[in-house]
Amino acid sequence: MQKTPLTRELMAARTAAEFQDGWIVNLGVGMPTLCSDFVVQGRKVIFHSENGVIGYGRNVSGDNADPNVVNAGLQTVELMPFASIVHHADAFGIVRKGLLDVGVLGAYEAAANGDFANWKLAGRKGGGIGGAMDIAASAKRIFVMMEHTTRDKAPRLLRRCTLPITAPGVVKLIITDLGVFEPLGEAFRVKEIAHGHTLEEVQALTGAPLVVDGPLTEVQV
Amino acid sequence: MGQKVYRTFEEAVRDIPDSASILIPGFGPGVPLNLLRALYHQGAKNLTLIANGAGGPATPGHENTITSGTLVEAGRVRKVILAFTGATHPSRRSVLEELQETGEIEAELTPQGSLAERIRAGGAGIPAFYTPAGVGTEIANGKEHRVFNGRTYILEEAITADYAFIRAWKADTFGNLIFRRAQRNFNPIMATAARCTIVEVEEPIASEGELDPDQVHTPGIFVHRIVKIPPPPEGILHANPANAAPAHGPAPASP
Repeated sequence: MQKTPLTRELMAARTAAEFQDGWIVNLGVGMPTLCSDFVVQGRKVIFHSENGVIGYGRNVSGDNADPNVVNAGLQTVELMPFASIVHHADAFGIVRKGLLDVGVLGAYEAAANGDFANWKLAGRKGGGIGGAMDIAASAKRIFVMMEHTTRDKAPRLLRRCTLPITAPGVVKLIITDLGVFEPLGEAFRVKEIAHGHTLEEVQALTGAPLVVDGPLTEVQV
Repeated sequence: MGQKVYRTFEEAVRDIPDSASILIPGFGPGVPLNLLRALYHQGAKNLTLIANGAGGPATPGHENTITSGTLVEAGRVRKVILAFTGATHPSRRSVLEELQETGEIEAELTPQGSLAERIRAGGAGIPAFYTPAGVGTEIANGKEHRVFNGRTYILEEAITADYAFIRAWKADTFGNLIFRRAQRNFNPIMATAARCTIVEVEEPIASEGELDPDQVHTPGIFVHRIVKIPPPPEGILHANPANAAPAHGPAPASP
């Protein structure tokens, strides 16, 4: 069977399908900011950015783009009719109060115990925390969007993180190019798997045991 | 009371001494690029910069753009307090990281929300506060931990500085400021946290009474100096996005 890992856009669409009507959602730099292009029709999702833009929409470019309206990745986005602007400290007050229904973040590693690591690489002095620690500590749930392995096919879903973590025990769902996974403590539950892949193949690329409840379903986008 | 409107950026930054600490806002939009350029040419060194990140040097086509990264690369900075002290791309090592490794720059890495609140607290007369951000991570090492209502928090201390460089959309001669869209970001909080707040403004400076008090984001009592940005090419209106640090997290490329 043809193996079809999810593209970045399909991962974003699959992630955005989780956003419920009325949710307040923060999208991190990288793949997560693609999610604002894929809100399920009929749902009002309020995208929050740490720069104080509350209620942005799709990525826009060219004549439609205002260089002063950007998301966390500094990409120009549209403002929704219900949008408002606050300053940086108020944007994080919203985060600390626990108003975010979900924060979607990229990661270098995600672990079966719900830890994830996305701010510092091995052997490096500097790091890039950005707003990830504030969001991870206070959002109602954290989703991680990431490539399933490194370029050398080393697993990035692990039993425990090897890199310095961003927050302990907060990850509820992991969306990769190979499927959708839920941390269970010592293993990951495979909720969905990418088209054409077997459980054994994905297990070989994962650093913790995979378990399945019932029949294995393909990623639905 | 003294005149707040200065004619040139050169005059507005002339007295900044070596070893000054400076708050630099910006998150894509909202970077005080004209003040940064004037400071670069003014020559002050051993600076402490407080910012979201210290983006890299100017890229082709934007050689005229001076960022906090340019000051770092020119050896003018002794200390930084940032939410990004390393390149977010795994394969790239920034000059800032190299200078940290050789000990030439002291870098304090802080979660972005804690950075913003530390500045807000500094401008609001609050010495420190507790936050859950960073609990259970390396960032919490050596910080006071305290439990409130069953949840653990760490103590973060306020930040104030000698100067703040501010980028505003509108200002009046009293120093009342209005920001536009996501240019606002760190600008209003940094404007409150410095002993001397210097503003570059896009629109012609209004007279007192022309700005609606209900629309003012930053009261003029926090502002000391204002300079109107001249039209391009002399003045700079927009940052090159490639120079700005992103908001959080790495680009999810393979390490």
